[in-house]
Amino acid sequence: MAYENPDGIRIGLEIHVQLNKLKTKMFCGCSTDYHNAAPNTHTCPVCLGLPGALPVLNKKAVEAAIKVGLALEGEIAEETQFHRKNYFYPDLPKGFQVTQYDYPIVGKGKVVIEGEDGEHVVGITRAHLEEDPGKLVHIGSIEKSKGVLIDYNRSGMPLIETVTEPDMRSPKEARRFLDKFRNILEYLDVFDGNLEGAMRVDANVSVYWGTRVEVKNISSHKGVERALLYEIMRQKNVIRRGGKITQETRHFDEGRGVTISMRTKEEAEDYRYFREPDLMPMRVTGWIPAIKETLPELPDAKRARFIEQYSITDMHARALTSKIMLADFYEGVCAKGVDPKTAATWAADVFLGELNYRDLAISSYDGKTIGFIHAKDPAVENSFKVSDMVELVTLFAEGKVSDRAAVEVIRIILDGTEEKTPSQIIEEKGLFKAEDDLVTRAVAETIAENTAAVQDYIGGAEKSLNFLVGQVMKKTKGTADAKTARELIVKELKG
Amino acid sequence: MITKEDVEHIGWLARIEINEQETVEYMEKLNSVLEYFGQIDELPTEDVAPTYHVAEIYNVFREDMVEECLPQEIVLTNTEHKQDGAFRVPKIG
Repeated sequence: MAYENPDGIRIGLEIHVQLNKLKTKMFCGCSTDYHNAAPNTHTCPVCLGLPGALPVLNKKAVEAAIKVGLALEGEIAEETQFHRKNYFYPDLPKGFQVTQYDYPIVGKGKVVIEGEDGEHVVGITRAHLEEDPGKLVHIGSIEKSKGVLIDYNRSGMPLIETVTEPDMRSPKEARRFLDKFRNILEYLDVFDGNLEGAMRVDANVSVYWGTRVEVKNISSHKGVERALLYEIMRQKNVIRRGGKITQETRHFDEGRGVTISMRTKEEAEDYRYFREPDLMPMRVTGWIPAIKETLPELPDAKRARFIEQYSITDMHARALTSKIMLADFYEGVCAKGVDPKTAATWAADVFLGELNYRDLAISSYDGKTIGFIHAKDPAVENSFKVSDMVELVTLFAEGKVSDRAAVEVIRIILDGTEEKTPSQIIEEKGLFKAEDDLVTRAVAETIAENTAAVQDYIGGAEKSLNFLVGQVMKKTKGTADAKTARELIVKELKG
Repeated sequence: MITKEDVEHIGWLARIEINEQETVEYMEKLNSVLEYFGQIDELPTEDVAPTYHVAEIYNVFREDMVEECLPQEIVLTNTEHKQDGAFRVPKIG
């Protein structure tokens, strides 16, 4: 059934992404590896905007933009060039930002997302290259700030800004788009989303097909959903009270979860865009065939192949391809000859679930080990070996461990610091699946010790059965198979 | 025609304080520049492609190779307004 969009919601996004897999900045040879560096140690006359310094464009940035363009099924411009966007703010040492204006490198494209009513196409308006400004740090809180400290290490970082059509119909769709977009960029190996400030989003949103409001400065996917939910509620309230929505820019306050009006007197014409005379125009469509050759299998194609090759469900394939490193890890496990369907259940449902529960973000995969960092504290690292997953899935498939015990092993590895194989952990913790007579004995004991629950169950209280199963699991320290225990109890009590 | 309000607005964009006397002075000067461009505008240029660069050069790139950056003390050498390795500026309104 088609989604009717009852509130007439339209959401468009502008996404700024650092091409942080490049070694150097957009227009100079300064290293992009500044995240743990002291302020103003990754700068030079070009990115400090010193008089007379000449920018020279990083070829790899242009290649990355073409890659992104092709992955978004976008048109690559025959001729493209840079403009100066003039405004005075201390994060811009030159007094202007080098960006693209009416000749962006990437034109119309599209991304297919899982929308409110199945597959939904989000149009891409354009994507262009630009430089990141420096970073401002307020002394004290923003309100009571006594001054501002400027660090130009970020100045000149290569960015790609992607603008979508207002095709998203709910905050959920906006978030799905961002997840998909980030996934594509990571497949292309142009972007590491785990680095601070790597992706920043502005969203424009309107209700009842009305006037749009821009919400700026959102730094996380969750933040986008929250900002949009708040802003939609605010607009609906204004209209319900008989008010009108004015076209304006609002700022998202992540801490308080609200959007605040920003009074701005600057309009597009005030930026006095003009061609950047220090940079030559580009004609790069000739590069397209060679770049196409280097394009990896993209998420949708990989998902289709997984379903075909491994006979797994669409849901599992979707989860496994949601991160390229997880997809590679899964294929690494399958290559060792384990059953792909069982491996998919363990990797997509259990393993990924446990990672999300712990706020761990996948950050590396080298063919043998998948690594993660804590989403809020990158210093916290951990990893999981392909060989451990293979061992665990095999033990489970052979019926040597219960599913509960296998989950336990995954948790122990994720929370542990010692290098232990699943077999060692199972041995140490006594997690091997209980022999059947052990379970039978536990069932008999449970029935004998819990006469009240037994009576309740016989009397028709189905809930009591869960309690009895729980008692059996407790007696066997979780090594019994819950399904077997349940069947044995039912057989014993109801014949 | 550039008005006094335009001059004030331009001053605000550039974050420059302009007093009453200067506003009038700049308005007159800017209008004379505009007048001169008005003269150029009279030339028939419909059939002439715009020239943005004198040399017809395309595709000037550098390789993605790391070069040495400036040391922090050199970066900050031209300012008195510094703190903890950063440039310090007044609060921005």
